[in-house]
Amino acid sequence: MALLEAKNLTKRFGGLVANQDVSISIEKGSITAVIGPNGAGKTTFFNMITGFYEPDEGEILLNGKSIKGLRPDQIASRGITRTFQNIRLFKEMTALENVMVGVHSRLSAGLLGILFNTKRVRVEEEKARVEAYQLLEYVGIAHIANEAAGSLPYGLQRRLEIARAMATNPEIILLDEPAAGMNPRETVEMTDFIRKLKRELDLTIILIEHDMKLVMGLSEYIHVLDYGRKIAEGTPEQIRNNPNVIEAYLGKSASEVS
Amino acid sequence: MANLTWKTFKGIPLALTLVWIAGFAAALHFMDKSVIAFLGILSSIVLIYYTNTSKAIKMVIGAAVLLIVIPLVAGENRYYMEVASQVGIYVAMALGLNIVVGFAGLLDLGYVAFFAAGAYAYAIFSTSQANEFIAGNLFPLSGEWFWPFLIVGLIVAAVFGVLLGLPVLRVKGDYLAIVTLGFGEIIRIIFNNLDKPINITNGPQGITPIPSPELFGIKMGTPFFFYFIVLFVIAFIVLANIRFEHSRLGRAWIAVREDELAAQSMGISLLNTKLAAFATGASFAGVVGVIFAAKQTFIDPTSFTLMESIGILVMVILGGSGSIPGVVLGAAFVTILQVQLLKEFSNFLHSLQQSGIINLPNQLDPSKFQRLIFGIMLILAALYRPNGLIPAKRKKNDLDAIKASDYGKEKLGILGKLSQLASGKQS
Repeated sequence: MALLEAKNLTKRFGGLVANQDVSISIEKGSITAVIGPNGAGKTTFFNMITGFYEPDEGEILLNGKSIKGLRPDQIASRGITRTFQNIRLFKEMTALENVMVGVHSRLSAGLLGILFNTKRVRVEEEKARVEAYQLLEYVGIAHIANEAAGSLPYGLQRRLEIARAMATNPEIILLDEPAAGMNPRETVEMTDFIRKLKRELDLTIILIEHDMKLVMGLSEYIHVLDYGRKIAEGTPEQIRNNPNVIEAYLGKSASEVS
Repeated sequence: MANLTWKTFKGIPLALTLVWIAGFAAALHFMDKSVIAFLGILSSIVLIYYTNTSKAIKMVIGAAVLLIVIPLVAGENRYYMEVASQVGIYVAMALGLNIVVGFAGLLDLGYVAFFAAGAYAYAIFSTSQANEFIAGNLFPLSGEWFWPFLIVGLIVAAVFGVLLGLPVLRVKGDYLAIVTLGFGEIIRIIFNNLDKPINITNGPQGITPIPSPELFGIKMGTPFFFYFIVLFVIAFIVLANIRFEHSRLGRAWIAVREDELAAQSMGISLLNTKLAAFATGASFAGVVGVIFAAKQTFIDPTSFTLMESIGILVMVILGGSGSIPGVVLGAAFVTILQVQLLKEFSNFLHSLQQSGIINLPNQLDPSKFQRLIFGIMLILAALYRPNGLIPAKRKKNDLDAIKASDYGKEKLGILGKLSQLASGKQS
């Protein structure tokens, strides 16, 4: 049984069909990429998985159980987390605090516990601080733990966002264009880092990405969307040579050349 | 240049602060009516905040000033005690609104409704008003009931907060402001009309006489007593605020304020977080509403107008939205300005006019100055301190303490999976 199964997902915005009959199956521990030209419906797909949009048709199953219609925060507690295309950090909070927010759904402190500063809350808070710090160390930015997130350079912000997502202790992490705005060297670092995540932490990773080098170098399996429909799926080798894919990206004449 | 000076500013030397306190205390002791001396003592609290010494010493000195020095030198002066209590009440409300507006970023323009809820809760049951709709002639309750009613007022206001919060949660920004403004007005109008068919609030006539608090038979109705009661309540409110600020809930509030989408993706429930903000913020107003009712001994709907809500919002924004010391200073500043300074200034100008030193035309009548000066202060604040008098600043965590923590001996959370690897890899 696949860890995450999206079956025949359809999403319409008035007359615009953002996703039509999209079925994508994700195996546990895999690195899967969802690619396609701009406007293909990749982010819409992510938004349906994470609960921001409700599918008009279709079903989403996590470990065999339906998560369709759940709120985003409920889906986050069930082990699906994400990063965002244009980084969404809590700018006024420090890096450490941003990561601590990620731990939110695993903490139990409530109004009264906080008010009376009970032992349980204090212990929980300290553990959350330690975990957040460890995560910052893991992504290599522990030295700026007390800096405001909004003041960090772009590359460190990206890493911070990943650390924050990891703090939710997810099974699946959705990375929305993790290499956007990066130069070749940074892209290689990001590629190595994502591989490290899968290898060391057994994470299941789904990526949206435009950088073909990263996609081909990293993904075990690729799904291609175009105009809201899935036009191909397969290994990187299969996708590279698929005429439909080439046509979608480069136009009909290019596919005829290969 | 000014920024550079501020950054290298290490704090006021302790000696200077102590001299300031002693100086103005003495001045107030000998010159009973001196407004400057009174302000000097109050502003020593701000000095203490910026003094270069340990937190413990600052708290001790601050407590000493509030609990010993001020009552000692100003205790007999009803007027100063009255002003101080008034400041305290507004400080408490500003702290409450700070949670809603400052932390959670929810623009609430109807905050005074929660104040009214607490005030009326006490007023109705501590006078014979309750007999109008509850049979058995059980009321009025004596002043001994003031203390438990602080909790009752808290709960009633919190319930109002949840009731307001539920329908408005989907609404954002300007629309939220308008809806909450509407709510504030609706509550006032309801209280104004709730005298028929069942007389619950006695409508525009108000409710009186509300008894003073009593403890073991001692009536605590004078401004002197209220000063301490207000101080006592504020201590709890400030402590609660500090605890919330650096808790899971406080972080959730700020996350919701900064980016709702990202907050949800991290497992934060928007509904619960926003409701908690409304309820908690409202509860502070409810508590001091009870104190207000007891202090004034008479309340009516005119005490709970839109201008009050806006006034408290001004205190929060002027002081520093989201900053606890900021809003305390903002509330103190605005209250003293309104209640004392501007009146003194116009009295001063009036007396000058009467002794013929200056001759002001009618349009420049000093009492009209109050609003003008207040407006000018707000503009100056917006220009030079747009983030507030004391802007909000996130706490720097003690990284050494974190690194040394016992819980750090093993990898927590998802990093726990690392231990499944043979090598002892440490980043």
